[in-house]
Amino acid sequence: MKENTYSREKQILVSLITSVVILGCYALYVYHRYISVNPGIINDLKFWGKAFLVLIPLSILAQIIIHIVFAIINKIVTNEDIPVLSDERDKLIELKTIRLSHWIFIGGFLLAMGSQAAGMEPWIMFLTLILSGFTATIVSEIARIIFYRKGF
Amino acid sequence: MSRCLISNNIRKLRFYTHEMTQQELADRTGVTRQTIIAIENGKYSPTLDLAFRIARVFNTQLEEVFSYMPEQNPDKE
Repeated sequence: MKENTYSREKQILVSLITSVVILGCYALYVYHRYISVNPGIINDLKFWGKAFLVLIPLSILAQIIIHIVFAIINKIVTNEDIPVLSDERDKLIELKTIRLSHWIFIGGFLLAMGSQAAGMEPWIMFLTLILSGFTATIVSEIARIIFYRKGF
Repeated sequence: MSRCLISNNIRKLRFYTHEMTQQELADRTGVTRQTIIAIENGKYSPTLDLAFRIARVFNTQLEEVFSYMPEQNPDKE
């Protein structure tokens, strides 16, 4: 039982850590490269547009590369394969976590729109959007681990 | 977490089928071993399709593998 459970959980943990590291590194890079040099840029819509356009493909690419590297290292160290089969239970867990992340992101989206309706600066909206997307990812990955461990 | 109301005899049936392993049952029903474990432990109720596939592996009726236990209302007792 355990090796299969652990493989799934390890996969989810890698995904979780990757998400944190990518966003953290990217936020630091953007801050040092642009915001610390020109603080006024945070209200520039073009800046946020570019930031989003780079962040999304970058995180997808990084996730793919890190998962491949993890699968290779895991095979070398533990001699066990990462489960590729996704059965009805996996799909049900995936659906449940997608629904959870969807609601969290919708909440963040409403907050972001609310900030604009309340007359706040544009950077608050963009930051709220990024943070809600990030929170949705983290919560859904944690929920996946809980569903795998405790059932539902 | 909702309580699973479906109990099963998979462990017993595996024992009587030449000590079939969970992995073997998983392979023959097309799911992961983790799912078989979750079903055996009452943590997951399989779909009707999977339930029939499991029963077919043991060459038995569905009712021999799974049974529904309605939740007892303590007030009525």
